[in-house]
Amino acid sequence: MLNDQDRIFTNIYGLEDISLKGAKKRGDWSRTKSILAKGREKIIDEIKDSGLRGRGGAGFSTGMKWSFMPKKPSERPHYLVINADEGEPGTCKDREILRNEPHKLIEGALVASFAMGAHATYCYVRGEFYRETEALQRAVDEAYAAGLIGPDACKSGYRFDFYIHRGMGAYICGEESALIESLEGKKGQPRLKPPFPANVGLYGCPTTVNNVESIAVTPTILRRGAAWFTGLGKHQNTGTKLFNISGHVNNPCTVEEELGIPLKELIETHAGGVIGGWDNLGAIIPGGSSVPMLPKDICDTVTMDFDALSAVQSGLGTGAVIVMDKNTDLIRAICRLSQFYKHESCGQCTPCREGTGWMWRMMERLAAGDAKVEEIDLLEEVTRQVEGHTICALGDAAAWPIQGLIRHFRPHLEQRIADREADGKTEAA
Amino acid sequence: MSGQQDTPTQPDDFAFAAEYAETVKRTIAKYPKGWQESAVMPLLDLAQRQHDGWLPRAAIDTVAQMLGMPPIRVYEVASFYTMYNLKPVGKNHVQVCTNLPCWLRGSDAVVGACKKSLGVDFGETTEDGMFTLTEVECLGACVNAPMMQIGDDYYEDLDSDRTEAILEKLKAGEIPKPGSQTGRHTSEPAGGLTTLTNKKPNGQKINGKGGK
Repeated sequence: MLNDQDRIFTNIYGLEDISLKGAKKRGDWSRTKSILAKGREKIIDEIKDSGLRGRGGAGFSTGMKWSFMPKKPSERPHYLVINADEGEPGTCKDREILRNEPHKLIEGALVASFAMGAHATYCYVRGEFYRETEALQRAVDEAYAAGLIGPDACKSGYRFDFYIHRGMGAYICGEESALIESLEGKKGQPRLKPPFPANVGLYGCPTTVNNVESIAVTPTILRRGAAWFTGLGKHQNTGTKLFNISGHVNNPCTVEEELGIPLKELIETHAGGVIGGWDNLGAIIPGGSSVPMLPKDICDTVTMDFDALSAVQSGLGTGAVIVMDKNTDLIRAICRLSQFYKHESCGQCTPCREGTGWMWRMMERLAAGDAKVEEIDLLEEVTRQVEGHTICALGDAAAWPIQGLIRHFRPHLEQRIADREADGKTEAA
Repeated sequence: MSGQQDTPTQPDDFAFAAEYAETVKRTIAKYPKGWQESAVMPLLDLAQRQHDGWLPRAAIDTVAQMLGMPPIRVYEVASFYTMYNLKPVGKNHVQVCTNLPCWLRGSDAVVGACKKSLGVDFGETTEDGMFTLTEVECLGACVNAPMMQIGDDYYEDLDSDRTEAILEKLKAGEIPKPGSQTGRHTSEPAGGLTTLTNKKPNGQKINGKGGK
C-alpha cells in the first residue's frame, strides 16, 4: 500500500482547511517561482521523464502532449484547456479535486500553461458541479488576491489568467474537440482531426486539453522530481492515481493509490471488500463505463494499470471501478449503459447516431430474453461496425461494454433466451 | 443530445434584470475580443436562473441579440444541452440519477420514493408547481450513490426513507442539508479512513463514523 507521505492529494476528502492558507500548509504554491525559473523545456522534460500518462482515460503521455505545442511564439496565443467535464459513469475523482484540492489544479494550470507558452487557462467544468465550481472560483479569487496568478504570477513576471467555463449537461463535451466547440459557444460536436488542437484548437489557436487530475499532479511531480514519481507504480505505468470504487462494495470511496495495485487489494483494503465476500463477485468494470467488464477469474489477479488492463482486453480508463456482485443482472447493467450512450450521442456521425439506438434496443430485447441466439452474433457484428467508424470515441465507448459482455458472459445471454422460450412454451400449454 | 421541444405558451419579452448586468458584463469579458459568442452558454444559464428555471424563446432571442449571433445558433445551443429547460419546471427540480453505479446501490428505491411522495412520473410537474421530477444520467458522485440533484445541490447516499425525508422538508419550505445523508464528510470510506490517517484534524468536524 502507498505510504501517506507519497500521496499527492492529502486533502482529497476535504477534512482539512480547503482555503489557500490550508493549501499552503500542505505544500501547495511552495517554490512555484523556482519551478517556473527552470524554463519551459526543463519542465516539459521533467514531466516526460516522470512517465505521467493522462488521467482522463486515454493514458497518453502528458509531457509528450505538452511538447506538441509550437515552441516559437506567433501572433496566435496559446491556450491550456482543462477538461473538468467529468461524466463517465463511475467516475467522480475530479469532483474531489475541484472542491477539496482546487489550489493544486490552479498551480498546475500555471505551471503547465507556462511550459506551453499559454497565458490563459479555461477550465471547463460540467454544469451540474455547481457547488464544485463555486469552490474552485473561491480558490481562483484567493490566488489572484495573493498575486499567485494574474499579471505577475508568483512574481515571475509571467502573466497568467484562469477562467472557469461551465458546461450545461452534455457528456460528449468531455471529448476534447467537442469541449472546444462548446467553449466557443456552439453545440458540442467533435471536430475532425487533423488539424489537431495543438495546431488549431480553441479560437483557431494552439491548444492543449488536459484532464483535471493530470494537471493537478504536476506541481508535486516538479517539486519532488521525476525520479520520485517513477519510483511509484510500475514500468511505463508510473505514479499514483485516484480510484473511485462504486457499486457492490461495503464502503464505496475515492482513494489515491499506486498504479499497478492489484484490483482485489484495492477493493479489500479501501472499500471494505465486495459485499458478501470476494467469492460473491460477479464482474467488475475497472475503468468507467466505457471499458469492457471483467469476470471474477481475471479480477482475481489483474493489476490496476494501463498496460495490464489493456492486456486483458479492458482498460484503466478513468480509474473508476464499478463492482457487481453475483446476483447482478449483468445484461440489464450493460443495457443501462447502452441507453446512456444512446442518450449522449451527439448525432453527428451516422454509425453512432443510429448504432447506439439500435444497440440499446437490441440490449433491451436481450435483457428480456426476447431474441434469437443468432442475434447475439449480429449484435457483436454491429458493435464492430460502429467501433472505429466515427469521428470521436463515443462510438467505441458504446461498443466496448457490449463486446465485454458477449466475450465473457455469452452463456448468460443464451440462458436468458432459453428461459424465455421455456416460459413461452409453458404459457402456450 | 437533448433535442427538447419548447412549450407553446411563451412570454412576449425578456430582459436581464438590473442585478444581472454586472455578471453579464463580467462573463463576456472572460473571453477574447471578437469571441463573445463563448458567453452564450453562461448567459443562457443566467437567463434561465432569472426566469424561474426555464428558458423562454424571448430570452434566447435576447441573448442572441446581445452577442450578435444569429438566433438559430442560440436555439441550437439551447436545445442541445440538457440543463436548459425549454418548458417551465417546478420550484424544486428533482433530478434522480439511474445510471449503473446508482442503480447498483438502489436508485430504483429512490425513484420509487420520489414518485410516491410527489405523485408524479418522470417528466411531470406537481399540480402546485412545486416539484418537477426528471431522470438524469450520471452526475459524477458514484461513490456516494444513489444520489439526486435538487436545484444546485447534490443529495447523496440515499435510500427510500432518506429520499422521502428530503422531499418532506422541501414541502414544508425547509432546505434539507445537502451532501451525504448518512453522515459521511465527502467520499471517504464509511467504515473509517484507510489513508491519510496520520493527518491531524484541523478543527473540522468529521461527521459520522468516518475519520479516526
